[in-house]
Amino acid sequence: MIPFQYVKPSKQKAAIDTVAKDDTAMFIAGGTNLVDLMKRGIMNPEKLVDINKLPLRKIEKEDGHVRIGALALNGAVAEDKLILEKHPLLSQALNAGASAQLRNMATVGGNIMQRTRCNYFYDTNLPCNKREPGSGCGALQGFNRMHAIFGHSDKCIAVNPSDMNVALVALDAVVLVSGPKGDRRIPFAEFHRLPGDTPQIHTNLQKGELITAVDIPEHPYTKHVNYLKVRDRTSYAFALVSVAAALDLDGSNIKSARLAMGGVAHKPWRLQEAEQFLAGKPATEASFRQAAEIAMRGAKAFEHNQFKLKLGPNTIVQALKNAAAAV
Amino acid sequence: MRQQPCNPSHFMKEYFFQDNMGKPMDRVDGRLKVTGSAKYSAEFELPNMSHGVLVGSTITKGRIKSIDTKAAERAPGVLAVLHYQNSPKVPGYVQAAHPTEPKPIGQPHRVFYDEQVYFNDQPIAIVVADTLERARYAARLVKAQYEEEKHATSFPKHQGKAFLPTAAQRNPKHGLNDYVRGKADAYKGENLKIESEYVIPSEMHNPMELQSIIAHWEAPDRLTVYDKTQAVIGSQNAFAREWKIPVENVKVIATFVGGAFGNGLHTWPHETAAIIAAKKVNRPVKLMLTREQMFTMVGYRPFAWQKVGMSATPDGKITAITHEAIGQTSSYEEFTESTLQQTRMMYTSPNVTTRYRILPLDVSTPIWMRGPGEATGAFALESAMDEMAHVLKMDPLEFRLKNHTDRDPERDRPWSTKFLKEAMLMGAEKIGWNKRQLQPGSLRNGDWLVGYGMGVGTFGAHRNRASAKATMFADGRVVIQSATTDIGPGTGTVMVQIAADALGISPDKIIFELGSSLFPPAPSQGGSATVASVGSAVRDACIALKKKLASLTTGNADSGFRNVKYEDLTFQNGQISLTSSPGTKLSYTDVLKQQKLPEIEVTEESRPSNEERQKYSMYSFSVHFAEVQVHQLTGQVKVTKVVTCADAGKIVNKKTAGNQMIGGAVGGIGMALTEGAVIDDRFGRYVTKDFAEYHIPVHADTPDIDVVFVDKPDFINNAMGTKGIGEIAIIGVAPAITNAIFNATGKRINELPVTPDKLI
Ligand SMILES: Cc1cc2nc3c(=O)[nH]c(=O)nc-3n(C[C@H](O)[C@H](O)[C@H](O)COP(=O)(O)OP(=O)(O)OC[C@H]3O[C@@H](n4cnc5c(N)ncnc54)[C@H](O)[C@@H]3O)c2cc1C
Repeated sequence: MIPFQYVKPSKQKAAIDTVAKDDTAMFIAGGTNLVDLMKRGIMNPEKLVDINKLPLRKIEKEDGHVRIGALALNGAVAEDKLILEKHPLLSQALNAGASAQLRNMATVGGNIMQRTRCNYFYDTNLPCNKREPGSGCGALQGFNRMHAIFGHSDKCIAVNPSDMNVALVALDAVVLVSGPKGDRRIPFAEFHRLPGDTPQIHTNLQKGELITAVDIPEHPYTKHVNYLKVRDRTSYAFALVSVAAALDLDGSNIKSARLAMGGVAHKPWRLQEAEQFLAGKPATEASFRQAAEIAMRGAKAFEHNQFKLKLGPNTIVQALKNAAAAV
Repeated sequence: MRQQPCNPSHFMKEYFFQDNMGKPMDRVDGRLKVTGSAKYSAEFELPNMSHGVLVGSTITKGRIKSIDTKAAERAPGVLAVLHYQNSPKVPGYVQAAHPTEPKPIGQPHRVFYDEQVYFNDQPIAIVVADTLERARYAARLVKAQYEEEKHATSFPKHQGKAFLPTAAQRNPKHGLNDYVRGKADAYKGENLKIESEYVIPSEMHNPMELQSIIAHWEAPDRLTVYDKTQAVIGSQNAFAREWKIPVENVKVIATFVGGAFGNGLHTWPHETAAIIAAKKVNRPVKLMLTREQMFTMVGYRPFAWQKVGMSATPDGKITAITHEAIGQTSSYEEFTESTLQQTRMMYTSPNVTTRYRILPLDVSTPIWMRGPGEATGAFALESAMDEMAHVLKMDPLEFRLKNHTDRDPERDRPWSTKFLKEAMLMGAEKIGWNKRQLQPGSLRNGDWLVGYGMGVGTFGAHRNRASAKATMFADGRVVIQSATTDIGPGTGTVMVQIAADALGISPDKIIFELGSSLFPPAPSQGGSATVASVGSAVRDACIALKKKLASLTTGNADSGFRNVKYEDLTFQNGQISLTSSPGTKLSYTDVLKQQKLPEIEVTEESRPSNEERQKYSMYSFSVHFAEVQVHQLTGQVKVTKVVTCADAGKIVNKKTAGNQMIGGAVGGIGMALTEGAVIDDRFGRYVTKDFAEYHIPVHADTPDIDVVFVDKPDFINNAMGTKGIGEIAIIGVAPAITNAIFNATGKRINELPVTPDKLI
């Protein structure tokens, strides 16, 4: 860790201005990701702008959506009554992440922004285009068990590690940001990027822009939902593959569905074609299997993550089964 | 079954006075530990302390061409940056062997000795500063240039280069030589047989407490270290040798050790680095490894490849076993372990062949990790037993009972004691073994397939020379000291229990002190031998103390005991009484008061009688049963129940011993399902080196674990009847789980860990 300055402004504008003006400044919220990265020399901000004094912690029902403040804690959101009632899928996804201690520190904004867990990104002595553009992708020919099967490039095959993001993309959430040039709303599916030739840029957030909240519009997926995460140990491990599944059922028929995957791409991976296929189909294992096959179209695996080509669709099927059976 | 060949009557009197032995007494240091007041090595504070941080090599093999320390030296608070060019010389470093000499079998890595790099993240420099943060920052500024050579870190790629350990090459009688009983490789000619290969990745001990040391030169030839070690005397000797100073000038303190599992049984480069640095800056230096450095700068369970061939008669008698193993070692030290021992003695087979080889790679040296060798070997042997039983269409428990042996077939001797059969039957009942179906995939619970498996473990019931000093004060308190350590099993607690019974006083009057080289010597806490070794010394010291009390009493005209023999006295409740007339009694404190003695003390050394031991084979035994569920679609494995049973002699404390068994079972779950360190061979560097990537089981991975003790004493081993527990707690757990997975799914995964991807 390098020596750094630390400020804790109480005004949102001051926080934004500081980061916008200073190339070496970064926001810090729960610190559960950023401090680790600093300790390892992966991120080296010279100024930390602690945003915890800003009034961004509320979870509120507003017209047509629920608004979750960027500083709401992962643990608090997961247990919030409104969330449990309206967005149980989000609650399940949050509870599948990290550990209770971490969830009690981690914020929604920080979770959206957390960096990949790629082994090569994490070791400053190994090549990584995301950490050090031009140094090469260590994972491409290396240990790539945890890596992407969708949307990767030959510059980067890392995945977005967040569970929460998978639920948020499935639920059509919108990220509210405020920056030096004013406020804007970014649909969740457009917030994170694919690596392409610039894997070092992992989101579309601009320098100095602060996430202030996430809006989740109203939807009918309040009961038949499931977040299924397959991982190497039962808790406190990142997903090999995870699936957020939500069904709106009419008896045993699917009116509409939402489906997204984690652990498979550089961004939370929404499966819209599979969703469209499911609409109007009977909620049977056969439909789920077909949807899963559609979902996997275009997947390409590497040496150590071939299993995801099978685990992916299997997990989709199981998540849909669980969702359909949820009471 | 006939057991107990020796007549233990001369122990009986002491043995059956058991107010405390066997009780589930709370840990004497439990409160200290849970309140955070127990002090671990790095928690000591010394005046003028400085902090050391190690810089690791970023190449795997080659030479350091140059090392640029300027920026680091200029950084605030930095006191010194040391490396091979400017490090004070360690006088006891053995000179490099002549190139034509055979490689030494044990040449621990000599830190800052020369420009050679033997493994990735090898410590190449230490930065010392006035605070930890400043040292850590400056350490990042040290830059080395290398001349890189081609390295070898992939075990499978180089497997063909494995060879017989030098020790065995030099000595045909060495236990690591090939072993043949009956006909070599006899299984090959048989009809009913199996042949399988097994792979275990390197596993890291990863105890909670990071390896740490405070090195303090109190004078130019007097060294004190607060060190995380399992062997205060072993470390004392090692440092004295390194620095060519008298042993008594080295003091090693390890009051508490926060888990170790074997990696405190060796001295490591960071210890010497801190001592070097303390010499240079002439201040105490505190050095604690980071979690990532725990993967490279201390030992680990070596990567191993194994192959087992086995044959049996149609009715289930094993006719032959061949077990081959290759273990990884470093390029500079030949680490070996007893991977194949149990194959030689566990089952009746008339034909047994074992072959052990090692494969040096450009990695750091491995070290014993809980159940060293045997845990690796048992995975192969006990998986093979399950495979053979499956071929025979026989229940694996029945198959093991059928091949059970009441005599050690390797040495053709009786066992001191063996109650493995009893343990198997008790465990089978407890897990509900009768629910197990012969046909894999027969049981299910919704989408989950259910299976049962078992695995057997064994480990030598060792006992070594140890000594203890006991002091009784006039107020009745007793302090006992021995230079053993307590890495978590509850050594301090059971020593108090042993002493309380041996002395006939209440445990709350006894303090047991350990973890200092100033105390009478004791062996390292390893090989499950502490209770047998140190416990015997404690017991002997207590008996000597009683004899001393007796002599003070019986020589005293007024005591009412004049000229009474020790044998005719009873020592109980803090009082001496005449066995024939219990009314005649005197408290211990009164004995001291009458003599106007503030205290009496004795020091006893206790050593096993080798002659007696030579007549028997002494082992502890364990058997573990697991119930698992495997998800058909996702390959997730849930261990839903574990029953772990030990034939480990007399159990001194069911609570601490139970704790050992549970910990071993959890370690075994990790071995079977989650743990494995991965090296990217292109760089020779670990790519899984923190707790997010190296998966130790969490609570959610571990079910309720039932512990069963046969609890039958082994008086041949020692007068308390104990045998070791620490190792057998893990040996055989991993195959119990993988065998259960086979029973659930019909899938036999012989490459650990069994992660979900391997089951879909
Ligand atoms: C051991 C471990 C296991 C974990 N396991 C999981 C898991 O299984 N699943 C999972 O999903 N996550 C997991 N996590 C990650 C965890 O969810 C994230 O660390 C956490 O959500 C980050 O939130 P934070 O508030 O602590 O962010 P910080 O560390 O404070 O910040 C992270 C990043 O976000 C930026 N940032 C923070 N707030 C804002 C804002 N409002 N606007 C703009 N930028 C902002 C910061 O500048 C920084 O770049 C794990 C973490 C650890 C350490």
